[in-house]
Order: sequence, then structure tokens, then C-alpha cells
Amino acid sequence: MNSEKKKRVVVAMSGGVDSSVTAALLRDEGYEVIGISMQVWDYSRFTGAEAGTFGTCCSLDDIHDARRVAEQLGIPFYVVNFEEEFQRLVIDDFIDEYFLGRTPNPCVRCNQWIKFELLLKKAQALDADFLATGHYVRVEQDAQGRFHLLKGLDKGKDQSYFLFTLTQQQLGHLLFPLGGLTKGEVRKLAANYGLRVAEKGESQEICFIPDNDYVRFIEEARGSGHLSGEIVDSEGEILGSHTGIYGYTVGQRKGLGIAHPHPLYVLKVDAGSRQVIVGGKDELFSEGLIARNLNWIIPQPTAPLEATCKIRYRHQPVLCRVVPLADNRAEVRFLEREKSITPGQAVVFYDGDEVLGGGWIE
Amino acid sequence: MTVQGRAVRRVYLDYNATTPVHPEVVEAMSAFYRDTFGNPSSIHWAGRDVKEAMEKGREQVALLLNCNPSEVVFTSGGTEADNMAIKGVAAALRDWGNHIITFRTEHPAVLSTCLSLENQGYEITRLGVDRAGMPDLAELEATITGRTILISAMYANHETGTLLPAAGIGEIAARRRIYFHCDGVQAVGKVPIDFRGCGIGLLALSGHKIHAPKGIGALVIRKGVKLAPLIHGGPQERNRRGGTENVAGIVGLGKACELAMAGMTEASRRVAVLRDRLEADILAAVPDAVVNGERNRRLPTTSNISFPGLDADSLLLNLDLQGIAASSGSACSSGVMKESPVLAAMGLEREHVRGAIRFSLGRETVVEDIDYLLEVLPKIVERLRTKQ
Repeated sequence: MNSEKKKRVVVAMSGGVDSSVTAALLRDEGYEVIGISMQVWDYSRFTGAEAGTFGTCCSLDDIHDARRVAEQLGIPFYVVNFEEEFQRLVIDDFIDEYFLGRTPNPCVRCNQWIKFELLLKKAQALDADFLATGHYVRVEQDAQGRFHLLKGLDKGKDQSYFLFTLTQQQLGHLLFPLGGLTKGEVRKLAANYGLRVAEKGESQEICFIPDNDYVRFIEEARGSGHLSGEIVDSEGEILGSHTGIYGYTVGQRKGLGIAHPHPLYVLKVDAGSRQVIVGGKDELFSEGLIARNLNWIIPQPTAPLEATCKIRYRHQPVLCRVVPLADNRAEVRFLEREKSITPGQAVVFYDGDEVLGGGWIE
Repeated sequence: MTVQGRAVRRVYLDYNATTPVHPEVVEAMSAFYRDTFGNPSSIHWAGRDVKEAMEKGREQVALLLNCNPSEVVFTSGGTEADNMAIKGVAAALRDWGNHIITFRTEHPAVLSTCLSLENQGYEITRLGVDRAGMPDLAELEATITGRTILISAMYANHETGTLLPAAGIGEIAARRRIYFHCDGVQAVGKVPIDFRGCGIGLLALSGHKIHAPKGIGALVIRKGVKLAPLIHGGPQERNRRGGTENVAGIVGLGKACELAMAGMTEASRRVAVLRDRLEADILAAVPDAVVNGERNRRLPTTSNISFPGLDADSLLLNLDLQGIAASSGSACSSGVMKESPVLAAMGLEREHVRGAIRFSLGRETVVEDIDYLLEVLPKIVERLRTKQ
């Protein structure tokens, strides 16, 4: 490849195995690679005891690891500061959603508003042709020039659910070199490259809540007690009380603190009345759901559509019929009743391996 | 330098961050890594050799600053010197008062130290500055109370190069019988400083800003100033700083001070010409760019320029990809850039703060560096503007 004509790609480096191998592969393919880590959190908030336990996606240690990998690969490396935007678009939104009785998915938000919006803009500001990440998804372009987003070949690692918000415009500027590989192969590549992060573990679920105690996180941010209320059954009979609706998620069984002859599950969290509505397992099942703020990666359908869908990340896709509604909404009817429809989570539509689009469960 | 096959010229315009060690400084120091190794506190021949070299270094520092050699205490750098001064005075004068006055444009070495004291119960006043970065001396004087023990003000600002009226502040401090700590890290060696004439009680300096190595600095403490030690240990540095001295560093700092003193007039004139050319060319190429800070009272080495509407971040990364090193604001431990608290304190519009870049020139800067910058920068600015 002519060195003057090298395509420039920015790799979002988290310091983990996946993004490190992404950078190595692209460098070897002949791209001019620039590594960037995003600082999304003020690490000086964590001092003393807590600092050591902060082992998640973008901690200071991880930025250090990313920097060392970049050094090893001989590529420039930068850290960009998205703290303010992350606070506003991801963390505040996360808490707001819980306050509305929903169960948010901050990783999709981060992809949508931070990685594939701000970081992509930053990459373009650096005159990069592409932004690459270590997500396990594939992108293919058809003869008409349309991009198709496909599941990663490693079905256990597939991350297409988190990327349903991508647009055709964005897809044209994105590279996902790990989409055709398995996690095992990626680890082997990391070892072959001699990358110092080859043995590193998987990152945790919510990077800004290292101890996973999201209730405490919310109460530290907004104070406690002001969303307390009753726990009622679907007839409205009061069974107990709770200290904040944000502690409850549809389908949740533990932590209700109610003695009852048969197991009780959270059926609904009603922010208006501050009630947590509980019931038996059979009451958890629904015929369908309404999705809002849809994004279609395929041309926007005007007629009902047969598809499969995932209603949370770890969910086996189920058959459904998607009926487009006004205002960028859709009604989703399941072929068989589905358990624990959780407002705030994403519903993502597939045709086999291809992501058709998705939206947010109302 | 090559970046993945691309040949790139390297231009360093970040002398306020640090400077390369002068070859003569390396030369002067090398004997103390190779041949001479004694402990300056020892009574025998090995100790004597290094003790003499160390005292010579002290004299070289004193000559540059117009102070007495016995007033110079060596530290690990500017930050330690600032800590030593502020915490040392606070502890020594605890029975006299607990109020310290400083400015919002100070370096973190001063502001963080003051914050730490504030958390311990001291009262800290952080005064603002005007749009040019200059303090209001009448306001300063009006802020002094019966409990005020210290004024901490820098000689020259690290981001804009603005020279504060040290003599004016020193005069107030002397008249009101308050100690004046002056962070001289950016000014020492670049502009003449008259320690005695300015009424400074404590002056902090750093070696690596003036072509000595990192890890050496000094605090000049006027005779008679009461100061509790920060680092306890042996009787080194007249009981003011424990620990075996960094002999090679001291020799290097002394040499750097000697070189700075000998070449200051000529070096200042030369670098000011380059700096002024850089500014004129940038303003011509990017008409809406603005020079920040007091242009007529500043270090000859420094230029702080805002490119309204642009992110300093994007500009700096693009410059770096073309081999040009400049900076903005203050970098934190991860290397991420934050918006400048100095420019914000000067009351600049947010857009001007976000798009501000500091170019700082020095001994090795040549006109070709400026030419190369002017070849690269306007194109980056134009590209970023059309992208947005």
C-alpha cells in the first residue's frame, strides 16, 4: 500500500482485549491507526479504598493499558474528555429513566450519543476515514450501496443489540474487524501479538457503577426517600411498602420483602402513583409491546413486518410481527406470549442475522 | 520522525511544559553520575568534593535571582517548593493568623495546596483578575485582614505568560507585614528577577523549565522568614529540608541558572521576535483568532491564542499528528485535556476558552519551526471549520 494513500482510522481503545486486537489488526491491514480512549468519568472522585476496586470499562488503569498497547503497536494515542457529555447524556438519563419507572440501558445510550456520535465526530476532526471499535458485529454493503448490520459470528459474543441505533450514514464510517472472529480467536490473536492485555477479563455491565449497587448510586446522586410508596397487587390491594421505585425492575422477584403463599414478581413500576405492582408468574406474560423512538437500518417499512426480536441483551430472539404506527412508534405482537416486558429496555428486530432496526420499550 | 510510514517534521512549542536539558548542563552533571559520588554531609574527601559543587550551584542560583546563597533551599521541583512555602508559612504562623490570599489564575501547585489548607480550617481568598490577567492591587490590599499571614501570587502565568506586578504585590505585603510567596516557576531564567528588590519572602523555581533536569527545584527563603519544614529528616539545607541532597540535580540547576543569566537579554530578544512573528502570521492567516492576556507585559516566550468555535483538543491532536507539540489548559493524569481555569478566571467567553492554544517557544526554536506551523495550522483550522 502506498504510504501516502493510507486510509486513516481511529480505534476506540478501552484497554481491553477486543479493542486492542482491533487496533493491531487494522494496523496490519495497512491503515494509519490512531488510538483514542474516552475519559467519561472523573476518576479523582474515587480515592482511597474505592480507587482500587474500580475495574471497569474506562478506568484510569484501563486508559493506562490502552496507552501501553498503543505504544507497543507504534500508533499515536490520545485521551479525549467526554465527562460532561457522559454525565448529561448517559448518567443523568440513566437516573431519569429509573425515576420514570423504567429500566434503562446505558450501554446503548453510550454507543448512541458518545461513541458513534461524539467520538465519530472527533475521528472526523482528525481527518480519519473511519472509526473502528471492538464490537462483535459485521457490516456488509450491498450492490445498491446500502449497509447491512449483521450479528457477530461468535453467537455468544454478538453485540448487535447494542448497536441498533446506527444510521446508514454512520455505518459508512465504521469498521468492526472482530465481527467475523470468535472471542477465543481474538484472545489467541492478542497472545500472538504479544499484547499485554491478552489475559484481561471481560468488562463489567455498567462502567460507572463499579460495585453494581445502582440503587445506592442513584440515591447518592439524587438523595433517598422521595420516590417511596406502596407495593400493591394487580387488584390494587396494598401488600407492603418500598423506599424508592427505582429499586424495582419488571420480572424482579428478590427483595420485595413480602410474605406471600406463592412467589411474587414485579409486574409494573408506576412512577405516577409511585406504586410497584406485583403478581404471580403467569401475570408476567404479555402478548406484545409498544416501541418508540424507532431506528431502522433497513429502509423504513410502511407495512407490517414478520421478524424476530430481542427484548433485552441476553434474550433468545422470538418470532414477532412489527406493525408501524405514527410518531416513529410500532406495535410488536409476539407469536407466543413473552415474559417480563421491561419498559426502558430496547427491542431490536432481526431477520436471521441481520439487524432491521429497533426501538425503546414503552 | 515518521508516523506509520509518513515522514513528519518535529516541532516543539511547549517550553512552558518542560525544556530539553542544555548540553552544558548534562556535561556539568555527568561527573556526579560517573566519578564523584560522595554524600555532601560527610566530613571526608568524598563528601567535601560534592559539598563544594553543591555550594557552587547554590551561588549560581543566588546570582541569577539577587539573593543570598544561604537563602536558597533545594527541593525536588517547583511543586514541592510551592507546597513547602505555603504549608510551611501556614504551620509556622498558626498562632498569628489563618488567612491566605491567592489568585484564581495560579498554578495547581498553589491552588491545590491552598485547598488542602482550607480543608484543614485555614481561610483562603482567591481573587479574580481582569481580562488581561492582571490583579487589582487595591482589591488585594482591601482583602487583607488582621488574620492574613500570606499572599501567594505567581511572577508569570503559565498559560498566558502574563507578568504580574510582583514589586507592587511585594510592596503591599511589606507594608502590611505579610509574607509574599511568589511562584516563579515560569519566570525564573526568562526575565530578570530581583528577589531582594521585589519584597518577595519566598520564591519557588523549577529546574526543568530552564534546561536543567526534572526532579530539581528550589525555594528561596528570605532571611528571617518563619517556615516550618515540610520534609523532616537530617539537618540538610539548614534544617529546612531533610534528605540527602540531589547533588547532580543541584549542579545542573546551578549551571542552568548561570547559562540563563549570561544569555538572557539576547535569548529574550531572539525568542520574542519569533513569538511575535508566530502571532502576526497566525492572526493574518486566521483573522478571527485572538491573543489572550496582557500583550505588553508578558514572557517573551509565550503566546496564548484562541480560535473561536474550535475545540483546542481537536486542534492539538491534529497538530501532533503533523509533528507539532503545543498545549492547552492543564493535562490530568490520564493525559486528557481540560478547559483552562486560567482563561475562565480572566472572564473569557466559553468559546474562546474552549479554543485556546498555548504556544511556548525556547532556546531551540528556529524560524523554520514557525514557518512549518504556519504551513500546517491554517489548513487544520479551515478543515475543522468546514467539518462542523
